[in-house]
Amino acid sequence: MMLEARGVRKSFDGREVLGGIDLQVEKGDVIAILGPSGSGKTTLLRCLNFLERADAGELVFDGERFDLHAATRRDIARVRKKTAFVFQNYNLFLNKTVLQNVTLGLTLGAKMKKDAAREIAVRSLERVGMAGRLDSYPSQLSGGQQQRVAIARGLASNPEIIYFDEPTSALDPELIGEVLAVMRQLADEGMTMLVVTHEMEFARNVSSKVLFMEGGAVVESGPSRAFFENPQEERSHAFIRSILEARGGERSQE
Amino acid sequence: MNERLWGILVDAFPKLLGYGVRVTVPLTILSFALALLIAVAVALIQYANVKVLRQVCRFYIWIIRGTPLLVQLWLVFYGLPSAGILLDAFPAAVVVFGFNEGAYMAESVRGALESVSRGQLEAGYCVGMSYMQIMVHVVLPQAFRTAFPALSNSLISMLKGTSLASTITVMEMFRQATVINGRVYESLGLYTEVALIYLAFCTILTWLQRLGEKKLASYGGVRA
Ligand SMILES: Nc1ncnc2c1ncn2[C@@H]1O[C@H](COP(=O)(O)OP(=O)(O)OP(=O)(O)O)[C@@H](O)[C@H]1O
Ligand SMILES: [Mg+2]
Repeated sequence: MMLEARGVRKSFDGREVLGGIDLQVEKGDVIAILGPSGSGKTTLLRCLNFLERADAGELVFDGERFDLHAATRRDIARVRKKTAFVFQNYNLFLNKTVLQNVTLGLTLGAKMKKDAAREIAVRSLERVGMAGRLDSYPSQLSGGQQQRVAIARGLASNPEIIYFDEPTSALDPELIGEVLAVMRQLADEGMTMLVVTHEMEFARNVSSKVLFMEGGAVVESGPSRAFFENPQEERSHAFIRSILEARGGERSQE
Repeated sequence: MNERLWGILVDAFPKLLGYGVRVTVPLTILSFALALLIAVAVALIQYANVKVLRQVCRFYIWIIRGTPLLVQLWLVFYGLPSAGILLDAFPAAVVVFGFNEGAYMAESVRGALESVSRGQLEAGYCVGMSYMQIMVHVVLPQAFRTAFPALSNSLISMLKGTSLASTITVMEMFRQATVINGRVYESLGLYTEVALIYLAFCTILTWLQRLGEKKLASYGGVRA
């Protein structure tokens, strides 16, 4: 097991948002985290990367144990070194060029030499098809392009796992495809990914496993195929149906 | 205009300008430097939500914004000596102008910091950068650009405000005008003249502000 989280709990203002989540990730897994709005998907990812401090829980990463509540600065740095995070709103550094967005973490975070960082950055940007825009600023890019740069920024540190929090939700429909294509390519290359998404096509066809959450708890988890074709829980069934219906509605409106 | 008045104004001009350049301008620059230092510190404390200090900062802003500048000046220069704190007029003016404008500028800087999305801070953490590194390379440059117009306006209003220092015996440009006027009784002419010199100073600053705004990196045209 590459990564395992146990008993992740989190409350906001006394309201429980995560009620003890367990999660296992094998190397090469692409896990889609599904669930209705407010079920705690974002909070779970954020806790795993210490963007949010869990109230309790532990993380075992490459056999090393971390306390999600009481981790030290050093622990957090160690975990973040092996992970990357892709946000819904890209969160690119707006005062930096595409190239600088990718090199900044390498030169300042990882203390890499400028030339080496540049080389790695260019290679990462090539992987997402953005090497032709090195000197552009984020404001000069489309949302899809910005998200691809954000993915390149994550790739640059050579992470063992990438967390995606609804990477296509902020995008215009016609731009979603280019980002999903990059993610699919990463999946094909064997990258381990944890993806919060509402893209059922991606969950069904690209992800190898599904984790379905509701109300801060895992309702069902397992291989994608089985989840979609034969969900074990009534709630999962209802969720899949509601998504398909919503999509059907969208289609008939077009 | 009669010849006597014209002669007075021509005589007064180099004196006024001299005090403007030697006193008003340094007074403005020193006060503004102090104000900027205070503003950035106060804004950063509030932005980073440092516990006790944050309350101190709010208190400071509350006091400054809720009392007149003139009263603050008089309190420090005429009042504090009774409490054993004796300042010369010029340093007293620098301290009061600095702390006064600093409170307003702190709000501008804080607003500018808040306008930089927190997501960039989180993204920085995720790629292994420290809080300091992210502030220096990402947040502050963007905030500075956003705050620049407001800070320029503060500088201009401070330049004009230094005339109040005349009331605590600082011999600056305006006080010099009143001194000359005490000899020649030409209020309309002299005060118009000194107003025009202030106007010229402010026009130069406004022009520098525009130049600065153009010069500041535009990050590909985005207006933060
Ligand atoms: N910083 C916060 N402070 C207070 N409440 C929060 C905070 N972050 C999240 N919450 C609450 O926690 C709950 C779970 O939020 P979360 O964002 O994890 O849900 P989600 O599953 O990602 O939903 P969505 O699909 O809408 O993104 C929500 O009710 C949300 O309002
Ligand atoms: Mg979410």
